[in-house]
Amino acid sequence: MIKVENVHKSFGDEEILKGITTEFDKGKTNLIIGQSGSGKTVLLKCLIGLFKPDQGKIYYEDKAIQNMDDEEQRKLREEIGMLFQGGALFDSMNIEENVMFPLRMFTKQKKADMVARVNEVLKRVNLENVNKKFPAEISGGMQKRVSIARAIVNKPKFLFCDEPNSGLDPKTATLIDTLIQEITHEYDITTVVVTHDMNSVMEIGEKVVLLKNGKLVWQGDNQEIFKTDNEDVTNFVYSSDLFKKIRGVQLKEG
Amino acid sequence: MKYLQDIGSYFLMLKKVFGSFTKTSVLKHLIFKEINDLIISSLGIVAFISFFVGGVVAIQTALNMNNPLIPKSLIGFATRQSVILEFAPTFISIIMAGKVGSFITSSIGSMRVTEQIDALEVMGINSLNYLVFPKIVALMFYPFVIVIAMFLGILGGWVAGVYGGFSSSTAFISGLQDSFIPYQLFYAFFKTFVFAFILATVPSWQGFYMKGGALEVGKASTNSFVWTSVLIISANYIITQLLLST
Repeated sequence: MIKVENVHKSFGDEEILKGITTEFDKGKTNLIIGQSGSGKTVLLKCLIGLFKPDQGKIYYEDKAIQNMDDEEQRKLREEIGMLFQGGALFDSMNIEENVMFPLRMFTKQKKADMVARVNEVLKRVNLENVNKKFPAEISGGMQKRVSIARAIVNKPKFLFCDEPNSGLDPKTATLIDTLIQEITHEYDITTVVVTHDMNSVMEIGEKVVLLKNGKLVWQGDNQEIFKTDNEDVTNFVYSSDLFKKIRGVQLKEG
Repeated sequence: MKYLQDIGSYFLMLKKVFGSFTKTSVLKHLIFKEINDLIISSLGIVAFISFFVGGVVAIQTALNMNNPLIPKSLIGFATRQSVILEFAPTFISIIMAGKVGSFITSSIGSMRVTEQIDALEVMGINSLNYLVFPKIVALMFYPFVIVIAMFLGILGGWVAGVYGGFSSSTAFISGLQDSFIPYQLFYAFFKTFVFAFILATVPSWQGFYMKGGALEVGKASTNSFVWTSVLIISANYIITQLLLST
């Protein structure tokens, strides 16, 4: 579990996060949603330690990251898997080397064991026979899957995903969403996904946190989000015609 | 003010480079890769330029010797002095600032743009040590490149001098051996090490701290060449003043 307590973050005079307090539950896919510029990615970067909050605390299983010494922070980072928006695969390494990277850095396993583990996770993300290819030689969807494989290869306790299905076609996007949710349940990890894709909210939003102008304005699950009368939620959710129509159907049925 | 901030940021970067070290087996692999990318792959261009510039130095010296009282051995002497003292260490380093420097900046800059550096940081890896330290170690082999440049520069001078009919081989070699001061080799290699450090770290700083997208990677590469050259020329002046003007 990750607990966020009154987190503030500014860049220059501009306050991006204005006192965020929430919890991200273990074994669930937790979604941070909101419009562009609402502070989602800044919150995610605070969670993974790329940004230091100006105020407030972030707890990983009851221990505040701010109170950890360098060694504790380094160990925590070994337990974190991250899926970046663009995949962030290392261009100079082939797929096998990319996925093997955390194992090479943090374990003392033999090469054969590492290759076996790499093949296992690649199979888990439905990728086979791509080991010797380079990131530039595979599609965007495959790159995302390789990135998921790299994120889970060292059996992390926490998985973070920054807009995992941006730039993907709807079918591949759904596959990636489903994969993230399956892995979350299978490994019983805490997953935090930043997205503005309502399809993701519908499919995998076991807990949803809505940010607006750096403030948390609503939290609940993907069932509640379509029932709430919270104005910020309805403005965000029903900004697309498709969801307005779905809302219309729901009201008629209601 | 911005320059002061940049200088501070450069030295803070150096501190972090020598901070938390990457796993030795991984680092060893990275160092060999960098030696190949930065040193071995530069040998061709260095050899080509050295040979022909050495030849040009010899020809120009010969063509400027109008007085028949000046011995022909001066061609060999002038070629040796020019190549060892300035051409090989300094001129080749400026060329390397363009070739190796822009390669370092663009490769690290591209990693920054595509979040590969963030990926390293999230994994708890000291990205500066992982990316920059192997480059510093690899460029400590840079004096070998300069030795080759010195040899080929002088060889080029000999070929141009002798086969161009400007000097006899005996006179040229006599000039090469005339008034040789071993300390000047120490001076040349001392500054080569300083230039190697500049070549490894300044382009790395430009790439690591760049902001923006693909266009900015190009701009950072240009800045990298400019600043690396400026620092090499400035360091050259200071070292020459300190080591030779006593």
